[in-house]
Amino acid sequence: MSNPQQLRYSKEHEWLSAAEDGVSTVGITEHAANALGDVVFVQLPEVGDSVTAGESCGELESTKSVSELYSPVDGEVVEVNQDVADDPSLVNSAPFEGGWLFKVRVTGEQEELLSADEYTAYTAG
Amino acid sequence: MSSTPLRHTALDALHRSLGATMTDFAGWDMPLRYGSERDEHNAVRTKAGLFDLSHMGEITVTGPEAASFLNFALVGNIASVGVGRARYTMICRADGGILDDLIVYRLAETEAPEYLVVANASNAQVVLDALTERAAGFDAEVRDDRDHYALIAVQGPESPGILASLTDADLDGLKYYAGLPGTVAGVPALIARTGYTGEDGFELFVKPEHAVELWQALTKAGEGVGLVPCGLSCRDTLRLEAGMPLYGHELSTGLTPFDAGLGRVVKFEKEGDFVGRAALAEAAERAESNPPRVLVGLVAEGRRVPRAGYAVVAGGEVIGEVTSGAPSPTLGKPIAMAYVDAAHAAPGTPGVGVDIRGSHEPYEVVALPFYKRQK
Repeated sequence: MSNPQQLRYSKEHEWLSAAEDGVSTVGITEHAANALGDVVFVQLPEVGDSVTAGESCGELESTKSVSELYSPVDGEVVEVNQDVADDPSLVNSAPFEGGWLFKVRVTGEQEELLSADEYTAYTAG
Repeated sequence: MSSTPLRHTALDALHRSLGATMTDFAGWDMPLRYGSERDEHNAVRTKAGLFDLSHMGEITVTGPEAASFLNFALVGNIASVGVGRARYTMICRADGGILDDLIVYRLAETEAPEYLVVANASNAQVVLDALTERAAGFDAEVRDDRDHYALIAVQGPESPGILASLTDADLDGLKYYAGLPGTVAGVPALIARTGYTGEDGFELFVKPEHAVELWQALTKAGEGVGLVPCGLSCRDTLRLEAGMPLYGHELSTGLTPFDAGLGRVVKFEKEGDFVGRAALAEAAERAESNPPRVLVGLVAEGRRVPRAGYAVVAGGEVIGEVTSGAPSPTLGKPIAMAYVDAAHAAPGTPGVGVDIRGSHEPYEVVALPFYKRQK
């Protein structure tokens, strides 16, 4: 698997796109999606919610487990991916594209996010 | 986590070459899934799936008194099992608590009666120790054969056709819960019509050195009909839909077979004493007069998945506990098995929910199983 170069990554396995007009997209990585197995339910934050870097803002359920969804940045949720709510398998089939989770107006970064190469090395270990 | 190194089956390299995600299951490094566990599950329901179950614990019991010994050691009437047949049974403690659930196969007669006892991987040593101890005074030998068998299962509606293309054995004459010696793809095997999926299927006990050859032959024979390799993840959802108990979830030393709704496996009418008889007779009466919690099925109205250990609630009170839960690929909804107070156990009982991380989600109480195949 390859992690897109233009994204940045958290150690909790979320990805963050470069901001456009202050808004970034968040999803989980292919590595995380593979580790979860078939995702069957995604609970996303709601539009207007404040999210805080490193704190839980939703959950992902797979056949075997439930995992917290952590926000990689501080900000306000401006859009959620209704397609994923309706068809959670998008997280498995297209984690970096159609399986994106929410868009956030970024107000701050607390965490040190990783580059694609750093994240690849992090998950190889 | 224990520091004991994981055990590997004879098919380990093959699983890795297939890209399996592996998991530690009862000290064995086993395939959890190869690709999508939902696809694997659906393949078994509609076509066929191939499983490595070599972690299961095989124990051979032989000798002139093998039958009377097993009747004493186990709760079932093993003496009534004919040659070539199998029986689902349990081994209990003197206090009636379940040590394990088992399948006992009566093998072909050679010099003396011979039985193959198959225990759960997690309990194999416990069962072996208990059988060895209980064999004192019987002319019967208990032999640890865990390393002498690999176990490959082919399950699903296409499995009879797949197997038939590789063996001359009389599969039509092989009934559910029967087993016969035969040759599959040139490999000597005990061919058993058993499984843990709720589908028709076979379990093939072979020597470990033949496992790869057999797996590859089955894979090739199943190519045209949708056979896929399947991991333990889908095995768990398949057995859950079929309402089959799993030791450590629905079964434990703290429960008798009657508590688990499986009192039918205890045969009081058999000859002689057996370990647990007195305690089980009391448990049977208790279950009749004053039933404790009852094992039921729960089907979600929402999409959040109940997990083992979650509380079952009604009117703000805890009335039970989930023992197994998963999203059901066949029903398309989360399902669970749970022990609930008898007052809430009737199918359709209103107001029952599961506490999913603090939020009470509505669930429907249903009779088990969730899924029964059309014959």
